[in-house]
Amino acid sequence: MTDAAATPVIEVQELVKVFPVRRAKGIRVTKRLVQAVSDVSFSIGSKETLGLVGESGSGKSTLGRCVLQLIEPSAGSVKYKGTELVGMSREQLRPLRRELQIVFQDPFASLDPRLTVGDAIAEPLKIHKVDGDHLARVRSLLDLVGLSPDHASRYPHEFSGGQRQRIGVARALALDPTFIVLDEPVSALDVSIQAGVINLLQDLQVELDLSYLFIAHDLSVVRHISERVAVMYLGKLVEVGPAEELYTGAAHPYTQALLSAIPEPDPVVERERESLTLIGDIPSPIDPPSGCRFRTRCPKAQPRCATEEPELIDRGFGHPVACHYPERLPDSISAAVDFQSGSVG
Amino acid sequence: MTANGGSVLELRDFRVTFPTHFGDVMAVRGVDVDVAEGELLGVVGESGSGKSVTFLGLMGLLPRSARIEGSARIGGFELVGAPKKVINRVRGKRVAMIFQDPLSALNPVHRIGDQIVEMILSHQQMGKKAAWEKSVELLDIVGIPQPRERASQYPHEFSGGMRQRVMIAMAIANDPEVLIADEPTTALDVTVQAQILDVLQRIRQEMRTAVVLITHDLGVIARIADRVQVMYAGRVAERGDIGPIFAHPTHPYTQGLLNSIPALGRERLTPIPGAPPNMLQPPSGCAFRVRCPHAIDACAGDLPELRQLGDLATACIRAEELTALRSVS
Repeated sequence: MTDAAATPVIEVQELVKVFPVRRAKGIRVTKRLVQAVSDVSFSIGSKETLGLVGESGSGKSTLGRCVLQLIEPSAGSVKYKGTELVGMSREQLRPLRRELQIVFQDPFASLDPRLTVGDAIAEPLKIHKVDGDHLARVRSLLDLVGLSPDHASRYPHEFSGGQRQRIGVARALALDPTFIVLDEPVSALDVSIQAGVINLLQDLQVELDLSYLFIAHDLSVVRHISERVAVMYLGKLVEVGPAEELYTGAAHPYTQALLSAIPEPDPVVERERESLTLIGDIPSPIDPPSGCRFRTRCPKAQPRCATEEPELIDRGFGHPVACHYPERLPDSISAAVDFQSGSVG
Repeated sequence: MTANGGSVLELRDFRVTFPTHFGDVMAVRGVDVDVAEGELLGVVGESGSGKSVTFLGLMGLLPRSARIEGSARIGGFELVGAPKKVINRVRGKRVAMIFQDPLSALNPVHRIGDQIVEMILSHQQMGKKAAWEKSVELLDIVGIPQPRERASQYPHEFSGGMRQRVMIAMAIANDPEVLIADEPTTALDVTVQAQILDVLQRIRQEMRTAVVLITHDLGVIARIADRVQVMYAGRVAERGDIGPIFAHPTHPYTQGLLNSIPALGRERLTPIPGAPPNMLQPPSGCAFRVRCPHAIDACAGDLPELRQLGDLATACIRAEELTALRSVS
């Protein structure tokens, strides 16, 4: 693991978020708990990008919001530059919010159609009562994200998806943040447009010394932009490691299956590799499987997996893995693996 | 099975125009498509390229105001301008379509099995009981566990991936010659996407169905397509076998698409500048020229036609020059 600075920008420890849900069974209404995030720990260094991947329902967006205190965590700790955020009052949090920002997935839904782009970007400046010439700041922000400063007087409907996402980024940058949660920032964009936004995010990181938590389900984009990647399944991290290491030497069967499921835009690679297709869907987080949560879909699950929860620790692969029987695939993903035998460990 | 050259689906100079207050939107501007039995054709392009509209037009699923011209033949039946009776006989029987969002395509108040039975009985003579048995069998074919129990359940009891399987079961219920899949996996997670692609693969191999897979994901195309058709601004920019298209594309738009996706060892992505054109007034000549790094004055001239160049068909008038230029550098 690469720890750039002594104090990480973000340090999350044993974070838990449960949501109560009401379920009707016949006429009886029972209250149950959804474990959206359970016992997650990670840190993000200065100027670092941590990629967070997982399927829908894995809790990755909830985790991102808990880090920013947009959703109050049920338990655990989130430290920003050593300061504990969990349990702070709104008033205490407000000055810190300037430094902690978020960019959302849907550039159409996240801009008010009745506000000019200039007003939308200046809104955080007003809320935080920043002194100085707001219009000049807006114009320089638009320039920074690759739009024309004259666009400030236009309305969101006049912009394409890619341009709107740039506006969203400009608004997040208005208060000079140090940490930004990017929640699927390019998922809604066409590939030719997506590339420009990814380049922009990379340039801004270098220019403004930003740290990112990059949430996405597209693993090729995550590999491209992240230094480290965390893989999430049903509210838990199953594997965390440097991006390249994870992509070439994943040891958790879920990470391996996820990587194998992403089609590579290269027919030669695609036709040669062995695919490890998972069966079934992600189980409900209301009643997650006992022990290892992945075991119901895992091709090499053993009796022990149902009783004993695997810890996220280094098991001799150079990065932490939460699996009792971790195993690196012989030669990346192209190798033929006899998963059915499951005779490991 | 078919008269001409083994193509079960054949579009010639297919056009779709939407009249609006501001003028005609020319969504599809002369597209040819050929798909043979058991073949999987990938159709790629960005939003607004006309890739979905082409096939919705073929299926007669566009609003009545849409003007459809050209020719669309399925197993010898001409669909453009055909009376409703003919279209209804072909649609669902010889050609079926599945969509991105399976939930909106299923009726929430009917059992899954009944919905498949309805599909079967609208095209085949058979008893209700036999049709029910057949629907259970179909659910089994598309990989739904415990098909007999599942047939009696309602759509809300199925997950996204399972619903898409149900849609495929309905689509193949009458053993169609052509299956059109419009972004069938876009709303699904990657692990579920892989399962659905496997089902499509199996269907075309075992039932010899011709499959048209419409997607924006070049990775999906690379995984299962035999041939690819790249669309831009309502026209075909490039067409050919999967190998050559990915290895040495000749059209700058195809090259642009491939350069803008993250790949191993690629430090920096190259986006395509600008945005797709407004189809009320598409640029003259090659519609891509306004975003193309290699555009010259001649590109604004005539609408470029697809022409064969080696193992690919390209609509770029400078394809030879650019290929030569690239092999030098």
